[in-house]
Amino acid sequence: MPKHQNTSRLHVPEPPFRPGDTPDYSHISVPAHHTPPRPDPMCDDHETAGHALGLIRVLRFNGEAVGEWIPKLSPDQLRKGLRDMMLTRAMDERMFNMQRQGKMSFYMKSTGEEAVSVGHAMALRPDDMTFPTYRQQGILINRGASIAEMMCQCLSNGGDRLQGKSIPVLYSFRDFGFFSISGNLGTQLIQGVGWAMANAYKNEDGVASVFTGEGATAEGDFHYALNFASTYRAPCIINVVNNQWAISSFQGIAMGEGESFAARGTGYGLATLRVDGNDLLAVYAATEWAAERARKGGGATVIEHFTYRKSGHSTSDDPTKYRPENEPEVWPFGDPILRLKNHLILIKEWSEEQHKAQEKELKLEIRGLYKEAEKMGNLSGDTHVDPLTMFEQVYGEMPKHLKRQRANFLDED
Amino acid sequence: MAESKSSDMNMIEAIRDAMDVKMSADPNVLVFGEDVGYFGGVFRCTAGLQEKHGLHRCFDTPISEGGIVGMAIGMAANGLRPVAEIQFADYIYPGYDQIASEAARLRYRSNGEFWAPLTIRTPVGGGIYGGTTHSQSPEALFTHIAGLKTVIPSNPYDAKGLLISAIEDDDPVLFLEPKRLYNGPFDGEPHKASVSWAGHDLGDVPAGHYTVPLGKARTIREGGALTILAYGTMVWVAKAAVEAAGVDAEIIDLRSLLPLDLDAIVTSVKKTGRAMILHEATRTSGFGAELIAEIQEHCFYYLEAPLVRVTGWDTPYPHAQEWAYFPTKARVQREIEDIMDAD
Repeated sequence: MPKHQNTSRLHVPEPPFRPGDTPDYSHISVPAHHTPPRPDPMCDDHETAGHALGLIRVLRFNGEAVGEWIPKLSPDQLRKGLRDMMLTRAMDERMFNMQRQGKMSFYMKSTGEEAVSVGHAMALRPDDMTFPTYRQQGILINRGASIAEMMCQCLSNGGDRLQGKSIPVLYSFRDFGFFSISGNLGTQLIQGVGWAMANAYKNEDGVASVFTGEGATAEGDFHYALNFASTYRAPCIINVVNNQWAISSFQGIAMGEGESFAARGTGYGLATLRVDGNDLLAVYAATEWAAERARKGGGATVIEHFTYRKSGHSTSDDPTKYRPENEPEVWPFGDPILRLKNHLILIKEWSEEQHKAQEKELKLEIRGLYKEAEKMGNLSGDTHVDPLTMFEQVYGEMPKHLKRQRANFLDED
Repeated sequence: MAESKSSDMNMIEAIRDAMDVKMSADPNVLVFGEDVGYFGGVFRCTAGLQEKHGLHRCFDTPISEGGIVGMAIGMAANGLRPVAEIQFADYIYPGYDQIASEAARLRYRSNGEFWAPLTIRTPVGGGIYGGTTHSQSPEALFTHIAGLKTVIPSNPYDAKGLLISAIEDDDPVLFLEPKRLYNGPFDGEPHKASVSWAGHDLGDVPAGHYTVPLGKARTIREGGALTILAYGTMVWVAKAAVEAAGVDAEIIDLRSLLPLDLDAIVTSVKKTGRAMILHEATRTSGFGAELIAEIQEHCFYYLEAPLVRVTGWDTPYPHAQEWAYFPTKARVQREIEDIMDAD
């Protein structure tokens, strides 16, 4: 429909394809080469305005790495990146299936988006605090958190460091620079900006990296975060993971049919990068650029990670009810794991056989870790979580009224 | 730090002194909000703090209450002790999600890995012709939130001691400042000349560091015939009304709504057998309802008369009709006489 007509009518955007349609994304231009140049990380923010409308890519589909954004990563680092993505996917698969068997209340996969979390974490310092959403479990895996412990959190069992207080996937791992995830979307953006401001206040050079999906950029909190980050030149990175879908709402509902979420940063005077989120090298390069800028006092960068949510939002929705079943396959940016695999094979640092063997090995590893985790309980059987713990950690010290309520609970039990 | 000197202060000066004491002692304490920096705040509570402690310690924020609270949470989780000012409590709602869903729950949902020791100061209450948007008393919207503490001083001495306690507390504290009491106790007679805090017992504020604990009420007046529970501006309206009615009432200034000093309430009501609750806030689902529920649970067999609430009406806070809305001395006095007649 043309944007300009002679009469104004209420316009409600709809995605181009719904169930039953044959999705065709050939109109989306996939730049064959790296697109925008790599400016100096301390450049004026205006110099990145064009980057918000382009797309930084390093990996071609044939595995070739091209352009100014190629990061300096050793084959070992690349293989670790590949392994972390595969581990993340294997864990997601296992946990999704176990949820279907009733072992936990809920699960959320990050399938298709592994390069965003893993590539981003690789380019940060381990002490840089991240404020993730529920689809960046790859950060924890890259940073070496215990996968068994993550599983225990999802199972809400005796091994859950949160003692069952949060629903699955809303991890908190302070020791791995992973801020407690809120189920209220967007709220943590401005908190991450505050965290970054505290770093600057204390003359520490840590960076805070905050995440939102494209859907929650519609929250006021996104505006607060960009505005405060700009006003106080906070050393932070504001990541918008545009995976095209917010549960059943396509990205146009959050933004209208504009081109770019990264471009939202331009009006705030922030640096802006838009990156192929299925390209681990590009994600790494953009993150490295933004982290250097933040650490050196250049302020915040908005990075839009352009990707695709291959699975449903969570175990609670069926994506075939709102989008074509084969849309994930025809999405024109490929799969992040396959694309890095192709690259490693092309530079003769990996092989099909090694890849298959690793896939099998990781599946077994995850299966073993899950078995260990489930020994500590699950939600359908005995969680091994003492109900009395529900009264703890409401306050630093338990106030009298909660002590009375705990006593009442014990009397009735 | 401890000094024996004290001086007459109004509530504004006492609040400023509390922040000054904490900023001097602890480099992690910083103060921010709309117009609080160079200008010193629309009520002057932060006047001079930027000049004394530096731009980084006391600064202006965008007009963005959600942003102010959210930023403060991140800072607090990262080891600072921010004191955020919301210019009027009437403006706090854009920050409500950050307070209710985030600040108050961070410790719980992370099982103690992260917590947010922030203090949010905000002026509340009427009596200044502020109308709908400068007079509200939204305390009950916050006392309903687990994980948050809500306090409200009624005088300069308590204001300083409570604010220092709030800043030192490891949980988020909402610090409500009854703006009608900033410059003097208000007895609920709108057309009488204002009285200043100078010479008032509780306007004599010690220099340096001291605390008033959160969760402890103050008995303003001892008595055996009736218990009056009040906080903020209504404390002094209660006192004037009791004196005018000539009733031997006990007046308890709650000071801290959550945690609540239930022991002080129960002890007093068991002694007097009668209780009246005063607040400026609207009546339905107000904090008075909570107090009445607690009293009937703990003191039912001691009661000699129905429990009574004297509150603002269930309307938005009006402008020209301010003194018809506000529970004035005359109205409270009538209610006291009624409850003493009941048996």
